[in-house]
Amino acid sequence: MSFINYSSREINCKIVYYGPGLCGKTTNLQYVYARTSPEAKGKMISLATETERTLFFDFLPLSLGEIRGFKTRFHLYTVPGQVFYDASRKLILKGVDGVVFVADSQIERMEANLESVENLRINLSEQGYDLNRIPYVVQYNKRDLPNVATVEELHRLLNPRNVPEYQAVAPTGVGVFDTLKQVAKLVLTELKRGG
Amino acid sequence: MNPGLVMYEEEFRKISGICDRLTRDASAKVVFLVDKNGQLIAAAGQSQDLDTTSLASLTAGNVAAMGGLAKLIGESEFPSQFHEGAHESIHMSIVGGKVVLVVIFDAKSSLGLVRLRVRKASDELARVFEQLARRQSAPGTPSPLAEITDDDIDNLFSA
Repeated sequence: MSFINYSSREINCKIVYYGPGLCGKTTNLQYVYARTSPEAKGKMISLATETERTLFFDFLPLSLGEIRGFKTRFHLYTVPGQVFYDASRKLILKGVDGVVFVADSQIERMEANLESVENLRINLSEQGYDLNRIPYVVQYNKRDLPNVATVEELHRLLNPRNVPEYQAVAPTGVGVFDTLKQVAKLVLTELKRGG
Repeated sequence: MNPGLVMYEEEFRKISGICDRLTRDASAKVVFLVDKNGQLIAAAGQSQDLDTTSLASLTAGNVAAMGGLAKLIGESEFPSQFHEGAHESIHMSIVGGKVVLVVIFDAKSSLGLVRLRVRKASDELARVFEQLARRQSAPGTPSPLAEITDDDIDNLFSA
């Protein structure tokens, strides 16, 4: 749920990175954080376990510049990917404006990807959102690994809606900003439409 | 999609006024107002030294988690919660079901005083948010971003 403040001339939106455990959601945010100028970002918060697995969420506030005198601010969140943290995932989807699904391209993670997309669909619908209508981008991460599925295969299984999709290697930044820019653009376009 | 929250100048002034007064009346250090999705709406008191964006996001996460716990034990939500620190304490309460009023205070104040003042401020804030909701849902209210063109959006990302 966006927040438009006429008084401070700000548009605030919420983007959630979703996907199976260890697919690279936090790494996406870490790369964005590392490559953004200090004045455009706030502090990155990671509520993680001692072994650096996301426990509740990661949070990164980001400014993307001005549109017609309105500052655009995006709040990026990740969900914990591990299956048993479902209650937390539901909470983080509250008020979401756009979703990035980060898929793990490795063949052996295909089932986990499919399970996570289905989980996203269910959790969104519980909040009154429709995965077929919400601003949505799919990222095929870990393209640098040897045992990856083809993009055609990933597309067929994970992107039937044919939304914008990007290949990525999150630790080195390949595809990270393309994904973010695209989802931000879709969110703003949806807001303009009065969604 | 759910319609977002839109804040107008008039209501923002009222909300800021209520938060300023609550800061004084409750002898609080900081008062801020957050929507349940983690967006900071207003802040009053000594907020300039605080990372209010992070505070807002964590407040919403905390309230959401406590709301989840409440449902598990058969409550609809916990309308208020209090966290006591060695020096600073935090009181959070849900206003009008949609926003969270947060008061940070130290030994200069007390939980009793904060609770008392929060109750009064909550009623006033709830009325402002009702007014805001009516204004937003009034027929003929244009989308605040209707004038923005696709080119404007593209230009944001061309740099």
